[in-house]
Amino acid sequence: MGRTSGRDLAVGCFVLMGLAAIAYLSVSIGGLGNGGPTGLTLVANFDEIGGLKPRAAVVVSGVKVGQVESITLGEDYRARVTLNVDPKLALPVDSTASIMTSGVLGDRYVSLQLGGETETLANGDVIDFTESAVVLERVLGKIVHNLGSGSGGGNDAKDDEPKEGAE
Amino acid sequence: MITAVARLGGLVVAGLEDMGRLAVFTGRVAAALVLPPARLRAFVDEVYKLGVLSLVIIGVSGFAVGMVLGLQGYNTLVRFGATNSLGAVVGLSLIRELGPVLTALLATGRAGSATAAEIGTMVATEQLDGLRMMAVDPVHLVVMPRAAAMVVVMPLLTALFVVMGLAGGYVVGVHLMGVDAGAYMGSLENAVDFRDDVLGCGLKAVVFGVLVGLVATFRGYTSAPTSAGVSTATTTTVVVASVSILIVDYFITALWGV
Repeated sequence: MGRTSGRDLAVGCFVLMGLAAIAYLSVSIGGLGNGGPTGLTLVANFDEIGGLKPRAAVVVSGVKVGQVESITLGEDYRARVTLNVDPKLALPVDSTASIMTSGVLGDRYVSLQLGGETETLANGDVIDFTESAVVLERVLGKIVHNLGSGSGGGNDAKDDEPKEGAE
Repeated sequence: MITAVARLGGLVVAGLEDMGRLAVFTGRVAAALVLPPARLRAFVDEVYKLGVLSLVIIGVSGFAVGMVLGLQGYNTLVRFGATNSLGAVVGLSLIRELGPVLTALLATGRAGSATAAEIGTMVATEQLDGLRMMAVDPVHLVVMPRAAAMVVVMPLLTALFVVMGLAGGYVVGVHLMGVDAGAYMGSLENAVDFRDDVLGCGLKAVVFGVLVGLVATFRGYTSAPTSAGVSTATTTTVVVASVSILIVDYFITALWGV
């Protein structure tokens, strides 16, 4: 009997350890039960979100305070991004949401810059001031275009350098 | 020439017969699962043998795999200056693929082979015939608790393997390579989603548990009643279970995207 109950204890400990591991993976790592109705939900409309994805981080001064809950196309054909942030935050109503990139090719995230108003954003409020993502191709296109028009129609980047030097 | 074709045909027929027998066997195990008595005592003993005794190998292997992932991931990511994503690399590889697959392969080698050999020996020493003489269904008393225990044990072992792996990656990444601890955990938590990754990991673990449990008990149960039969049953268990784990893994990933 003593051997059997020792074995049962070991089995019980094993099952508890396994369940604890599953719970850790689900809740702490997998983020089950994160945000939800407890978080503060804010909406921001962007003209261009680049590669922003759901579950991307929302930061204030670089500190993570929440995540992107969903991204949909609004009725005005702008990207409607729903953010879920820490409900303890008191964000002024004139705060700005911008889409940033960590590193040159890193993940997109939403950065909130605090405004100066005393009134704060409540659950479901819309952030009016937004700054769209910088799309690398568009920036490169603009540079090439500017270089081209600046040097009188030549649109080959190689040709530009000596001409500009001559000016 | 004709003999060769006939031999091929014989192999195909034998393979089909084998699959048919496995299907019937699966049905009998499923029926035994719901028919009383519940065989709780035998079930707990099997969880001890298959689960508790596999803890060391699972823990050590998981930790070692996590350490290797941490090192390889770091060496690759450092070229792109993206070492802050190390947690995501280690976590996603472990949770989506390596955790369930390696755990199932280890459990096949550690527990599946032992189960097949045990049941095979019971066949060879006519213990199962003895049970039948006493009107006790050997599938109900011997096979069902082992198969059920394998299904229950596999997700638990997988979760422990993954947690140990994450710890191994943390030790190498943060303590040896100097990745920021917050960046490791942050990218890990950002990258891993409950529905996409953790549930998929659990689904794979359960499917592999069913697979290993059925193959091991079936090979043991149908083994020839000789010592050579027992050894063949053990070998085929490891071969068939390992190969089908890898193939089934591909199809789960392809069909459900986990």
